[in-house]
Amino acid sequence: MSIVKVEGLGISFGNLPALKEINLQVPAGGIYGIIGPDSAGKTTLLRTICTLLPYKEGKVEVLKLDALKDAAVIRAQIGYMPQRFSLYRDLSVEQNIRFSARLFGVNGKEYASTLERLYQFSKLQPFAGRQAGKLSGGMQQKLALSCALIHKPELLVLDEPTFGVDPVSRQDFWDILHALKAEGISIIVSTPYMDEAQQCDRISLLFKGKIIGSDTPAGILAGWKGHLYRLETDDPQRLYGYLKEDLRLGDLQLFGSDIHLGSEDALEDAVFEKWQKGCPALKSWQQIQPNMEDVFLKMMQ
Amino acid sequence: MPNLNRIRAIAGKEVYHILRDSRTLAIVILMPILQLIIFGYAMNMELQNVPLAISDLAHNHASRRIIQAFEQSGYFRIIPVAVEDFVPEELFRQRKAQATLSIPRDCGEERTQMLLKVDASDPNTAQLIQNYALGILGGGAKSGLLDLRPFILYNPDLKSSFFFVPGLIAMILVMICALLTSISISREKEMGTMEQILVSPVSALEILLGKVIPYILLGLLDAFLILGVGMLLFKVPFAGSFVVFLGFSFLYVLCALCLGLLVSTIAKTQQAAMMMALGITLLPTLLLSGYLFPIPSMPAVLQKITLIIPARYYLVIIRGIMLKGNSVAELYQAGLSLIVMTIVMLIVAVKRFKLRLI
Repeated sequence: MSIVKVEGLGISFGNLPALKEINLQVPAGGIYGIIGPDSAGKTTLLRTICTLLPYKEGKVEVLKLDALKDAAVIRAQIGYMPQRFSLYRDLSVEQNIRFSARLFGVNGKEYASTLERLYQFSKLQPFAGRQAGKLSGGMQQKLALSCALIHKPELLVLDEPTFGVDPVSRQDFWDILHALKAEGISIIVSTPYMDEAQQCDRISLLFKGKIIGSDTPAGILAGWKGHLYRLETDDPQRLYGYLKEDLRLGDLQLFGSDIHLGSEDALEDAVFEKWQKGCPALKSWQQIQPNMEDVFLKMMQ
Repeated sequence: MPNLNRIRAIAGKEVYHILRDSRTLAIVILMPILQLIIFGYAMNMELQNVPLAISDLAHNHASRRIIQAFEQSGYFRIIPVAVEDFVPEELFRQRKAQATLSIPRDCGEERTQMLLKVDASDPNTAQLIQNYALGILGGGAKSGLLDLRPFILYNPDLKSSFFFVPGLIAMILVMICALLTSISISREKEMGTMEQILVSPVSALEILLGKVIPYILLGLLDAFLILGVGMLLFKVPFAGSFVVFLGFSFLYVLCALCLGLLVSTIAKTQQAAMMMALGITLLPTLLLSGYLFPIPSMPAVLQKITLIIPARYYLVIIRGIMLKGNSVAELYQAGLSLIVMTIVMLIVAVKRFKLRLI
């Protein structure tokens, strides 16, 4: 059963196309990642799923309801956490949660018990009276998540929730998402961090308004054909120039001070030794398993 | 049907904002008082100590009585001028006098003709000088068969504070109320917090009502503040009842707040909302409400436009209550006009309010 179904969705802002021919099936009960660089269209896609943007091309179904016609019904059953921190900085932690609760009609005993559970995972209780604007980035994200969860939504939509948050808080946040998933909540999350793709059950790679691949993270990685080598060097610019200009090799990516080289055929040591003579900057080489970033960069081409 | 709980949620949150934001609160309370004081002393239209040169050729009992009347009025200050220097045009040019009075030799006899010359480089002042002078001379219209004696009601001394304090209440209220709601909504759009509200099942009417309700109290607080300061500093009378004042001010405040809502459905940023709210309240209220210029003397087109200026109706109401002691029976028509405008603006605002981001 899919909790979100997008068919042939296209959205333009003026003459600027933001999304083109998007097809998406999000199965219920897992974590679905929308992975892509900045300005790929992640926010536009998530806002459309949350019924916040109108569209003319295609069809969007959320919880088997039409995102255009049944917006009000859908809104009551999903939790959404926008990319920008969009709670009230001058209101306290508890006032913010209380406000969300009242908007969704969560009151009395139900509110008290949900609040307690939210405090358990967010550890925000000691800060209940603090103004939201005075929380750290990680705590602000947990507060925003709490507000999105106060009405126990079936579907949770998170737009770059870990952006600009320190690595420890990021892992904290993912642990919470896994716990929510265990409770049966479906989650759609967007992120520009490739390493976070591994945390998802299924992912779609979004680039320039188009989905360039949808699968499980393992399936995406398995889609890599050929061999990948990591070349270590003390002068990456020079080696990159040598491989690109002199040898006319196409499948090259700079990774910090290393270069990742893709090849359809296996390469013998002799080949590298020959290159080393041509460009002494090449220090060592090693065959490696491709990671998500390698695959994504290759698919982008 | 609008959900009362959601309206209360938004209104309650707005109250927290107001209480937390001491700067806005200070503006809401201090701005009207400052404006009242500045306008009050700057817009003084009463004459005082107008320099007057008198040439008295009669030098008799009657002429001395006339001069004494001018001196004692307080409006004029008699400046001494030698007989050979009494050339009105020259005195005006040198700004030594603003008016001159020539009393002929036959003063005190039947049908004396006196000549009053007034410097009309400022026509408003000239008009006032003329009126005061004629008043002192015992009714200039007194001639032959007719004896016309003006008897002025409600403001017998023609004190300008009686005129500007009610007008200022009307102007400051519409300005501040339109600012409050328009900024409050455009701020949520600008800060991105509207996105969080929109993704809940809340309706446009619920959002707008939740935004208006807390500010009604602030608006009424301002109304009483300006009235109180006006009565204290400028000694304006209050002939009517406070309950009637409260009721009609409530209608006016509500109308102005809805005007702000309408602005917020057009303006995207706080800055734009502020400019727009000030633009459509300040000048139209000053010029087209009948505050500074009487509506019957406007061109027909402008007279039609005054029909959609809320202050036009409130001015009738507040002048009626403060000066004439009017009650609901005399004011209900103006009140109805305010109600109709409020409802129309609220409907348009709800229709225009977008429950989506674009």
